[in-house]
Amino acid sequence: MSALASPDAAVPAMLEVAHLSMHFEGITAIDDVSFSARRGEITGIIGPNGAGKTTVFNCITGFYRPSVGRIALDHEGGRFLLERMEGFRIARDAGVARTFQNIRLFPRMTVLENLLVAQHVKLMRASVFSIAGLLGLPRFREAEAAAIEVARGWLDRLGLVKAADREAGTLAHGQQRKIEIARAMCSEPKLLCLDEPAAGLNPRETAELNRLLLDIREDYGVGILLIEHDMAVVMGISDRVVVLNYGAKISDGTPEEVRNDPAVIRAYLGEEGDPPETNSRGPSPGRGRP
Amino acid sequence: MDLGNRFGDDGIQWGAILKDAGLAALVALVLALLLFGVRLSDGGGGGLEFRPWWVVIAVAAVFAGRAAVALWIGTRKPASGTALPWFDRAVARLSEHKRLLFAAFFLAVAILPLLPVADRRMVDLATLVMIYVMLGWGLNIVVGLAGLLDLGYVAFYAVGAYSYTLLAIHFDLSFWVCLPLAGAIAALFGVLLGFPVLRLRGDYLAIVTLGFGEMTRIIIINWSSLTGGSEGITGIAVPTLFGLRFTPSPAAGETAFHQFFGIPFGGIHKLIFLFYIILILALLTHLFSERMRKLPMGRAWEALREDEIASRALGLNPVLVKLSAFGLGAMFAGFAGSFFATRQGFINPSSFTFIESAIILAIVVLGGMGSQVGVICAAIVLILLPELARDFAEFRMLLFGGAMVAIMVWRPRGLLAHRVPSVRLGQAPPGALRGGLP
Repeated sequence: MSALASPDAAVPAMLEVAHLSMHFEGITAIDDVSFSARRGEITGIIGPNGAGKTTVFNCITGFYRPSVGRIALDHEGGRFLLERMEGFRIARDAGVARTFQNIRLFPRMTVLENLLVAQHVKLMRASVFSIAGLLGLPRFREAEAAAIEVARGWLDRLGLVKAADREAGTLAHGQQRKIEIARAMCSEPKLLCLDEPAAGLNPRETAELNRLLLDIREDYGVGILLIEHDMAVVMGISDRVVVLNYGAKISDGTPEEVRNDPAVIRAYLGEEGDPPETNSRGPSPGRGRP
Repeated sequence: MDLGNRFGDDGIQWGAILKDAGLAALVALVLALLLFGVRLSDGGGGGLEFRPWWVVIAVAAVFAGRAAVALWIGTRKPASGTALPWFDRAVARLSEHKRLLFAAFFLAVAILPLLPVADRRMVDLATLVMIYVMLGWGLNIVVGLAGLLDLGYVAFYAVGAYSYTLLAIHFDLSFWVCLPLAGAIAALFGVLLGFPVLRLRGDYLAIVTLGFGEMTRIIIINWSSLTGGSEGITGIAVPTLFGLRFTPSPAAGETAFHQFFGIPFGGIHKLIFLFYIILILALLTHLFSERMRKLPMGRAWEALREDEIASRALGLNPVLVKLSAFGLGAMFAGFAGSFFATRQGFINPSSFTFIESAIILAIVVLGGMGSQVGVICAAIVLILLPELARDFAEFRMLLFGGAMVAIMVWRPRGLLAHRVPSVRLGQAPPGALRGGLP
């Protein structure tokens, strides 16, 4: 199904995006994009502004229904065709969690509450539609204590235990970014989609973020999809990089390969002596690259 | 007009103030010329009487008032963060002892009707306030927690009242059987009405729910074969205390309340009994919603209020979350409606007009969205004060409006807008919690 030549074909892809297109009333935001992502790997998606990166994310996480294409997610929980599922089911059943370009914490709830909402599905089951919870049955109380421990573990990892009972909206920007990632991880995802997690972070915080993402990959074995503008982040931690430009994929490979791909260089820098016109639509040399 | 921006650091700008006051006076002049200045003369014949002094006084008053306001705004110190920070701190401190406060409140209220000073009017008023407290707490689930602005809450109150009445009259069921049934019917109604509005938010939701509220009332008026139309239904029985009726002359073979306890008959007994019923119902509403807030479902309501998109991305089913809030909120309105019907003894559609919805919503918003204590305070202010101020009947709406404006100026987030977290890790250093909302 995939046209990609993966360097390590023994590990099957967890996420297969095939021939994905998205049209908005005549405007083509993404055009026949195919790529795959594997568990335990960080797959970076880069591209100039307006390349359609967030649209790809929104299709994967169910916020948009793609016009054409298939998005399949395979893991031990089963095989899910995400393009047909409702957004909350993609999160709940298929195990896809995401963060947002402009942070979307629940600002007037505390950090701990934010992390507990992420464990809603599990807690709701334990509370038997609130009945066991209303009666205060031990089954629910144990589940809640366990959920709080999960949250505490994450706060510990982030060094934010002290902020647990503060309103999330009052935290500093960098802390909110981290909390949002922790919140996504609290929902026990198989695939974690991060939309520009390094936006607005200072170099130190960016380095911490890199460390955190590598740890998450290591400890939880989740697949991570990463949209990022900060090349230090993408090139530094990604196992594979997909490059989009004007809605189409122009390159796909290891960071090293992508960095040296002439199509990518053209898209980012413009060709020498031939500036903006190279950005015109149409099949670029890098497309469908073997 | 934002006067606050007209003043720089270089003191008072008299020119700006005078210009502003002059503009206001001009508007006043236009209005006053016809409203105050011209009057049909009493003598008949349709002659007009001119009253120039009235116009002058009105315009001068507006000019002076506007200038005074501008001066006051211009010279006071810039507000630091929220208005009345000391109030926020006090509220935050009080909130730490919420349970104690509630226990004290309910105890005090429970003793109230037994005091010798309690007369019929007082108990009756307390009952009325408790009805609105209960309605406020019910609506708080929908508006305060789930953030769904519902302007038609009175529809569920009406559904509760009518289903109670019809069940009681046609099937001859007792209050205690009808009450849960009426609550269930109202909840069902809430879910049914919730379905079509699931996609709507904010203003749109408010308009549609307002429409539903009016529709319910109009259906009740027109479906006269069932509901008695605008005449309403009379003869709703008063609940009994384990079979003891509150009547001066019980039927043969029956024991009335006063006979059983060997005390002389008093009309107030029934009122006190009704008061305790609503007190227990309100207590239940309170305990239920406080408990729900700490459960996953309650947190899901708040999460949905804060950010629906983020909630969905975490796997929360928005349909389920919204409908449960609508349904449970409606259920408590149904209980309150049943109680209202049995207390009044008759019901008709005029008890369920839009103004009722507006008052209940005002109680929730003025009290501070999501605040349980706030609802009590606001219900007392909005229900008790107008009742006590009946002597100034003409000015009631003026007072009401003035109170609203004052609260919106000084406490834009409601009287008690302090949110206590539903759960704590327990390691927070003191002072880590902010008083008030950001």
